[in-house]
This record gives sequence, C-alpha cells and structure tokens, in this order.
Amino acid sequence: MSERPRPTPSQTVGPFFGFALPFTGDVDAVRPDGTGTLRIEGQVLDGAGEPVPDSLVEVWHASQFARCRTDVEGAFHFNLAKPAALRLLDGRVRAPHMNVTVFARGLLRHLETFLYFPDESEANSTDPVLELLEPNLRATLIARPDGQVLRFDIRLQGESETAFFAL
Amino acid sequence: MSPAEVVDFEPPYLFPEYRSTVLRAPHRPLVRLPEEWFHRGPGPAFGRIPVSPDDADLTRQHKGEPLGERIILAGRVVDEDGAPVRDTLVEVWQANAAGRYADPADDHLAPLDPNFTGAGRCRTDSDGRYRFVTIKPGAYPWQNHENAWRPAHVHFSLFGPQLSGRLVTQMYFPGDPLMRLDPILNSIPDARGRQLLVASFDIASTTPGWALAYRWDIVIRGRRATPLER
Repeated sequence: MSERPRPTPSQTVGPFFGFALPFTGDVDAVRPDGTGTLRIEGQVLDGAGEPVPDSLVEVWHASQFARCRTDVEGAFHFNLAKPAALRLLDGRVRAPHMNVTVFARGLLRHLETFLYFPDESEANSTDPVLELLEPNLRATLIARPDGQVLRFDIRLQGESETAFFAL
Repeated sequence: MSPAEVVDFEPPYLFPEYRSTVLRAPHRPLVRLPEEWFHRGPGPAFGRIPVSPDDADLTRQHKGEPLGERIILAGRVVDEDGAPVRDTLVEVWQANAAGRYADPADDHLAPLDPNFTGAGRCRTDSDGRYRFVTIKPGAYPWQNHENAWRPAHVHFSLFGPQLSGRLVTQMYFPGDPLMRLDPILNSIPDARGRQLLVASFDIASTTPGWALAYRWDIVIRGRRATPLER
C-alpha cells in the first residue's frame, strides 16, 4: 500500500516575475469596450499602508480570467463582467462575485479572497460566505463605486486587513 | 493526514527570517469555508494565456544560443490521488546562467544574456508530463540579510483542474550548498517538505553530447481530477 503523495509546497512568486507572467490583454477578462464591462481598480497595500509594487493579482470566475501585475503605486486594474449568482450543492445561493488570488514577494503562499459587487446588496445580504464574516470584514470584500469604476483595495495586513480564505 | 502535518509541509505566512513577510503576512487567520462548497469546484480558465510549442525551449527564443549549461527539465504533474493532471498550464521563469533576471527590477551586477529571456510555458500531455529545455540558472545575492544568496532555482506556476490546485513555487537543484542557508526554502518547517522542491539529476533523460537532465515531479492539491464515472 503506497502513501498518498504530498502536495508540492508553495514558495513566493518573488520580485522578478514581471518579465514572464504578464501577457497581451492579460487584464481583460472580457472585451474592455463591451456592453456591461466593468472596470475594477485597486491597490495592494502592506501592513504599513505602503503600496506593494511586486504583486500579481488574478481574478476569475467561470470562463473569465485576468491577471495584473501591480505598478509602483501597488495599483492594478481589470476589465470584467459581473457574473451570475451561483447555486451551491446544498441549494444556497452565492451572490455574484469574482475569485481573487494574490501573489507577492513576501507571500510564501498565495492568498485567496472574493470580490463582491455593491449593487447586489440583497444578494450580498444572504451570501453564505459573507454571512460567515463580521460586518467590518464583510465590507473588505465589497467593491465600492468610484466615478466610472469599481474600487477594490487589497490590504494584506493591519486594522482593515482584507478577509482571506483557506481554500 | 492531520491538518498539522499538512501545515508542516507548507510555509507559514509570517517567517521573519524572510524579512519581506513581516509587513505582508496577514495577521488574521484564514477564514475556513466548508469543504463541500468549493474545494472540488473548477479552477481558473487559463486558456487565454498564450502557449506556443516553441515556448517550452528557452534556449531558442533568440537569434543565438544562450550561455550556460544547457539542461532538460522535465517531470510529471499528478493530483493527490496520483492521477495525471492533463493539459494543465505550466509557466516557468528564472535567472540566466550568471544569476541575472531579464527583469528591469533586477539590479544585480551580473551580465544579461541577449540570447536568454528565461520565461517559458507548456501544457502537460495526456500523462501529466511537462518538459522544458533551458539553461541552468545561477545563484544570486539579495538584500535579505548580510551576505545573502539565493540558491539556483526555477520558478513554477501551475493552475491544476480544481480551485484548490493553484500553485506557485520554486524548484531547486540537488546538492546546492546554498539551500541550507536560504530562508525562503527553510520557511517550510518539515525537511521532507523542503525535499519535495529539489529536483533529481536524471541520467536517463540526458541527451548525450548535448544536455544534462533534471526530473521534478509536482503534486497538485485536489483529488479525483478524473471522475471514475459520470
């Protein structure tokens, strides 16, 4: 009887991935000029509130996938479409959301979180993931309208730290 | 396998010997979600990331041949049941033979190689196998502590078929004396976990007169990538 193989451990993405992982059109999960396309903008911030310029953020849901390396301001952006609500196996319904994965120098393992949409307050109020969280943590996952875009900052550490999930 | 054992094979978020973790490790524990909600859900649709057959040979991306020791780097990607992870994207990136990345952010005073970028992609075959031709990367100094050097390594990124399978990691070369001193590798508490990141020299896969070979197999988190029945 052989032992089940152990998963390969994680290591940091390091600081020097910017020449390798970005690709043409990487930030566009959908056509940037399409009907219903939403632009998401945010910053990755560390425990001192400083920008994280060597971070890679991926967002995805069903057939949508996008990747953005942060710039010197720790800023990233995406063009995506709000996905449909999702029915879980147990019948409960998750509000429309995107899966968000964060890599960075200094993150020995990546972080997983979710982006929810501010115009879905009814669906958000019964979302089983958001329901698990204290209100202040819940707020870290809901993007906020900011002019023509939705703002979604990712705070790795500190008082307003984003809620991250073990998946 | 108990959760504690699993954790010992993974690095913690906070590992002060690796200084960059200090302000970037979350303070709050990760929120656990019921396994049946997500763990078996499908992973990201990475199909938009372009892959051409040439991307697996990092020595043929420019007009001339890169300097350094040519190597074949190959292995098999399986899930926790040992089943092959087919047609999944493998991305690699690395320093050149002198220990310098073709990245504007790298200011190490070692030469760039105009014939080497150091980035490759491929998809695993029907048996979960991947294969790259590249140059053995050099060690390089970094600013983490006094006289700090990274052991030679190749970065890997894999998606896997399931949500829990996303993996970004680094592969090391056997016998490298810098591994013992490296806080990034040594952030993994259990020596058996660290060993999982070290490739094996593979004489059988060498191409005589042309390239040495290393084998490194990867286990992606998740199970039942291939359902037994519908």
